[in-house]
Amino acid sequence: MIEVKDMHFKYPSGVEALRGVTLTIPNGDFVAVMGQNGAGKTTLVKHFNGLLKPTKGDVLIDGVNTRDVSIAKLARNVGFVFQNPDHQLFCETVEEEVAFALRNFGFEKDIISKRVTWALNLLALTQYRQTSPFMLSGGERKRVALASVLAWDPKIVILDEPTIGQDHQQKEKLRQFIIQLREQKKTIVIVTHDVEFVAECNPRVVLMTEGKIVADGNADKILTDRDVVAKASIVPPQIAQIFMQLADLGLPTNVIDVYEARKILLDFMEAHNS
Amino acid sequence: MSVFDGLKFRRASSPIHRLDPRAKFFYVIILFVIAVMFYQLLPLIILFLIQIPFVLLAGVQREWIRSMKGASFLATMIFVFNFGFNYLYTEYPRFPPSASLIEYSLAMTFRFIVLVESFSMFFLTTSPDLLGLALEQSHVPYEFCFAFTTAVRFVPVLAEEAQTIMDAQKSRGLELEKGNFLKRIRNYIPILIPLIVSAIRRSLELAEAMESRAWGASENRTNLYVLKLRKDDVALVAIAIGMLALAVYVWLYIKIPLLTTLIPR
Amino acid sequence: MALIEAKNLTYTYPGATKQSIQDVSITIEKGDFVILTGPSGCGKTTLCRCFNGLIPHFYSGKLEGNLNVANLKVADSKIHELAKHVGFVFQNPENQLFALSVEKDVAFGLENFGMPRDEMRKRVNWALQTADIENLRERAPHELSGGQQQRVAIASVLAMQPEVMVLDEPTSFLDPLGALKIFQVINELNKKLGITVVLVEHRLDLASKYANHVIVMDEGKIVLDGEPRSVFNSEEARLIGVGIPKATRLYQILKDDNGIRLSKAPVNSEEAAQLLREVLMRDRS
Repeated sequence: MIEVKDMHFKYPSGVEALRGVTLTIPNGDFVAVMGQNGAGKTTLVKHFNGLLKPTKGDVLIDGVNTRDVSIAKLARNVGFVFQNPDHQLFCETVEEEVAFALRNFGFEKDIISKRVTWALNLLALTQYRQTSPFMLSGGERKRVALASVLAWDPKIVILDEPTIGQDHQQKEKLRQFIIQLREQKKTIVIVTHDVEFVAECNPRVVLMTEGKIVADGNADKILTDRDVVAKASIVPPQIAQIFMQLADLGLPTNVIDVYEARKILLDFMEAHNS
Repeated sequence: MSVFDGLKFRRASSPIHRLDPRAKFFYVIILFVIAVMFYQLLPLIILFLIQIPFVLLAGVQREWIRSMKGASFLATMIFVFNFGFNYLYTEYPRFPPSASLIEYSLAMTFRFIVLVESFSMFFLTTSPDLLGLALEQSHVPYEFCFAFTTAVRFVPVLAEEAQTIMDAQKSRGLELEKGNFLKRIRNYIPILIPLIVSAIRRSLELAEAMESRAWGASENRTNLYVLKLRKDDVALVAIAIGMLALAVYVWLYIKIPLLTTLIPR
Repeated sequence: MALIEAKNLTYTYPGATKQSIQDVSITIEKGDFVILTGPSGCGKTTLCRCFNGLIPHFYSGKLEGNLNVANLKVADSKIHELAKHVGFVFQNPENQLFALSVEKDVAFGLENFGMPRDEMRKRVNWALQTADIENLRERAPHELSGGQQQRVAIASVLAMQPEVMVLDEPTSFLDPLGALKIFQVINELNKKLGITVVLVEHRLDLASKYANHVIVMDEGKIVLDGEPRSVFNSEEARLIGVGIPKATRLYQILKDDNGIRLSKAPVNSEEAAQLLREVLMRDRS
């Protein structure tokens, strides 16, 4: 469980990035932290594995205060996948890359081997085991980075802007993958400004603006609330935009999913025809 | 690294900042020449003190003091080695060492300090783009000027990237503070390789962008800005030449006393 | 008159085993706002690099077929000649800004041309105003947000007054509001200044309302080429896995099983709302 208690964070340069954030993420939750660039999303999640420590207030991971433990120890349970895989890749083979963290955490050799095989298989990278990660395409490198984090099986997985530069099919695969991880009872936190992707996943949304949380609830409620959307300067999903423009006809406004939209429209037509 | 702080340009609007970099550089070179001319302590102390009003005028005291602090370690080393070797070579085993020897070592140390002082002042008050422009107008080939300003432009970007890479690797359990000396050096490989690879990729992207904006289109490249020498710059050059003339006169005709002889007993 | 004309264009990067683009033939008219899209690796960026001569002059390798841009044969023209006619804005905002101030960056291309200072000043001022970044004139690029940096990149290209502007996923790193602002700026350039735009994008929800021409590529080949409405609504687009606007997708699934049939396939939310309103109101009265 992640607990953030009235947390403030100021960068050494003096910029106040987080101004009183309180948040609880129970085990197994799927949360999307959203907001404009500069709202403080990445700053917030960097506290979850101890990369940043609050200047005021506390962050507790499973009851342990992040100030009392090293980053390496926190990382054992909190896996952080960074936005740009090229900021991680340095090994000669994909196998070594995926084994890197396992070695750091002190796993036994045979367990490392098994875990690497498992992770590569999970992300369809088995045929690249002996390939240099630098030879792979952008999408493949993203998968190697993901595999290298999942290899040590962290309870909490944080994905920082996982959809940037991805095409529709890659995002769809990611969405399916998150569903798989949830079935393994992992806690998933994604930092994103991709409203359409969030609309398709329909998670809990924590909306931030200027270092504060302005809304916390289900995606279909948050992303369709006009005032909240305006305050956080985000663009609602296209389906929500359509229904917002038809609100005067008596249609519900908290629709973000295409299939739900269809059902609602057909029901509406039936109701008004008979 | 505090000594580097003393070299980073600090944006401000003092008369010193507005001086043409070429005039300032000329002044710094003259200071260098004068500092090398004398091995006596007295003129070197005078040279050191002359600069202080400029520092105050430019408003860069804080950074300047930081660079002095940074240089103090090296300065101490210079004194120790200078004094040590000279003593062992000339006066040993006579004790105590002569006052003139101490004074000589102090003078050498001050020479170093004067140099750090003047170069620090130069970099603190000259913006990199003006510096690049000065290089261009001094007929340094454009490729070098461009490489210089682009490098300066990317320093903060690279610094940020290095921090991000460290964060990413720390998140995978990499502990940079642990282990013996050798292990610590090895621990930096996961930081260096992504940084270098990223730098190479970045250069490729930059080259593409440069080509796309007509790099090399004309033999006679023009510039949006132009540096023109103004009254203040001419005044600075005149001061520098005056100082050099005075220094040469003193060097030729005046016997400079050792400070120790001036101290009343 | 066609501004960009490609016939049977084929290219393989040096050392690659597969062709990046195969037999590509397209025509782009003056004043078009083209969206070029397709799955990752389909050849969009490679094709764009051909438009300003990076291929074949910067990337070497063999370019087969014929490509004319603004009446210049790309294979025979130098990159800096083509730069007068084709401007290129890249995906990463940071790596296309070199100077230490916005103003100097915008002037970069003009300095390369050897333009006299007074004329440069006028052009720079004009470009800064048109891209709505006049207030950022003296700032250093590193202090700017991604969206601001991209507008600087657009201004730097605009200053050279090209007939065509090619933008390769310029909003990848921007949030939706930042992306919208960029699209609005590009749209102004297209509608008010008549600059032909070739925009490579995945985020069709945000960009589609400005385009009059959509080209879809897959595995190096042109698969669809036409009006946005027909392209987004086509079966091939769905099969290839292009992320068509949700408004179009809604139209498609509403049609199924004798559901609701809208008079045409919408490409943005305003159109969709309007068409739905027509149908829903009609059946009421």
